[in-house]
Amino acid sequence: MVFLDLALNALASGIALGCIYALVALGLAITFGLLHIPNVAHPALVIAGAYAVVLANMRGIDPILAALVLTLPFYAVGLAFYEFYARAFERRGRGNTLQSLTLFFGVSLIVEIALVVAFGTDLRSVSVPYVGRSFELGLIVLPYRFLVPALLAPAVILGLWLYMTRTHSGLAMRAVAHDERALSISGHDPVAIKRHAFGLATALAVLAGAALVIVGPVDPFAGRVHLGRVFAVVVLAGLGSIPGTLAAAIIIGVAEAFVTAFLSPSWAPGVAFAILLGTLALRPNGIFGTAR
Amino acid sequence: MSWRNFLLVALLVAAAGMVLPRVLENPYYFFAGYVVLQYVVIATGWNILGGYAGYTNFGTSAFFGAGVYTAAFLIKAFEAPLLVQVLAAAGIGMLLGLVTGYLTLRIQGVYFAIATVALVVVLETVVHNSDYLGGASGLTTIAPPAPAWFAGPTQYVFCVMLVLALVAVGIARAIEHSWVGRSLRAIRASEPAAEACGVPTLRMKLAACAISGGVIAMAGAPYPYYASHVDPLSAFSLTIGLNALAMPLIGGTRSWIGPVLGAVLLASVQQITTVTISSEFNILAVGLMLIAFVVLAPEGILGLVAELRERVGRRRATT
Repeated sequence: MVFLDLALNALASGIALGCIYALVALGLAITFGLLHIPNVAHPALVIAGAYAVVLANMRGIDPILAALVLTLPFYAVGLAFYEFYARAFERRGRGNTLQSLTLFFGVSLIVEIALVVAFGTDLRSVSVPYVGRSFELGLIVLPYRFLVPALLAPAVILGLWLYMTRTHSGLAMRAVAHDERALSISGHDPVAIKRHAFGLATALAVLAGAALVIVGPVDPFAGRVHLGRVFAVVVLAGLGSIPGTLAAAIIIGVAEAFVTAFLSPSWAPGVAFAILLGTLALRPNGIFGTAR
Repeated sequence: MSWRNFLLVALLVAAAGMVLPRVLENPYYFFAGYVVLQYVVIATGWNILGGYAGYTNFGTSAFFGAGVYTAAFLIKAFEAPLLVQVLAAAGIGMLLGLVTGYLTLRIQGVYFAIATVALVVVLETVVHNSDYLGGASGLTTIAPPAPAWFAGPTQYVFCVMLVLALVAVGIARAIEHSWVGRSLRAIRASEPAAEACGVPTLRMKLAACAISGGVIAMAGAPYPYYASHVDPLSAFSLTIGLNALAMPLIGGTRSWIGPVLGAVLLASVQQITTVTISSEFNILAVGLMLIAFVVLAPEGILGLVAELRERVGRRRATT
């Protein structure tokens, strides 16, 4: 009975955890998965988003509502950021991996230090009415501060998936990943589409930030923990697969939760990466990816 | 620079380093200098795979940490002498490089970088959970008294690191000027083309992974005696991986002197800003330098120098 209890709870919290990971990884699924830009600054942007949400929450605004409003300025930041990146690299022809990784690493350091200077290194959190209470269903107990952000993920992913498959600009975004040349022949500006996609990814960062800060307090360097994991999710999903991102994140979340429950929490961080190493060695296109 | 001149300069540097502890009183200079030299070794090792062969290793700290913990293990288990620690660390690093190479044979570019990040976390988790190596709280490793000549333990590890740096640079230079370096450059330019020309790309990649891993792990070996304490967080720190990639990029990745220049420059700036301003601004300085170099001088200092020479040459040609 204890075993069943433990297993069910591990499953539930693993799925919730996975949903939150998916939210953090979603922006990267667009920038890295579709645009092939290794944006290692994404987790730092997520944390910047979390701090923006904290600021709004200090004025009494609900974190998720605040995040939805904040997507607009973050979208604009993303546009500007892509413009900078494009000017620095793509005009000279494709920048190589080392250079773009280095550029984004530099950006992420600057974001982190900007947060340290502005807010100090203390942990920051938000106050929401449902913190401290739990959702109970039979044997399963799940705190609302996990459940609410976790439910945000499927909603956002569904919205994004509909956008990508049903709308013109969403289709154009997927097309730019396949063949830029053909896209410009058919009368679209690939650079504008990529800029829009990058803006969208940055806007998703603030939603992920809201989810993270509801789950628990954050500090300026909190993004580093997620850096490897989000790449693991995106690679495991197969590049550019939006529903795959959710599935891969849940696989990792559940695996971590089971290791935490049955082995020890200190083994949990290695799980995502052991899965990732295995995937890269055996199936480099990811579980849900098609051949490149 | 011919081999003879190179050896001459190396011997002079080594001799100067050995005399330094007798001249310079303040041990702090050795404490800071050790870090600079350590990064010379790391950046040079990184460049063998990352620069010559074009495979971006993001997980340098996995190799460094492996070296640190190999040494710490040998200290705890056998109280082995430093030379044994260095050799064992290099061996473990080479082995780890080979394993990484085998695991990642099919992937290139960003995927290779991600796989190496995964390696760091997996190793860190293993060390974290190993009680013998001290787990999360780490191990205390007190160095035995240093030979009398060096006046103190810090000066001693500084001189050891100086020798390691010279060895590392010598290895990198030897590779660069031989058929090994040529085939790595061919891999960097185009792997299928290199294969078609008869370069055994697979074996060369494995060799580069192993040598690079060995050199980086070697840099970690004296760390337990330097810091007197090892813990997973500092041994597998992200900063090491970041610096390892930043330094060759700033110096230039095409030649052995590039990583040396980059390491000396960046590590010195870091040491100076940490002391004079704050450790946060040290990170900020790194961030700004990285962006500035990537945007303005993507081939690093070496690229700038080459461009300058070309311009001067052209001006001479026109007048």
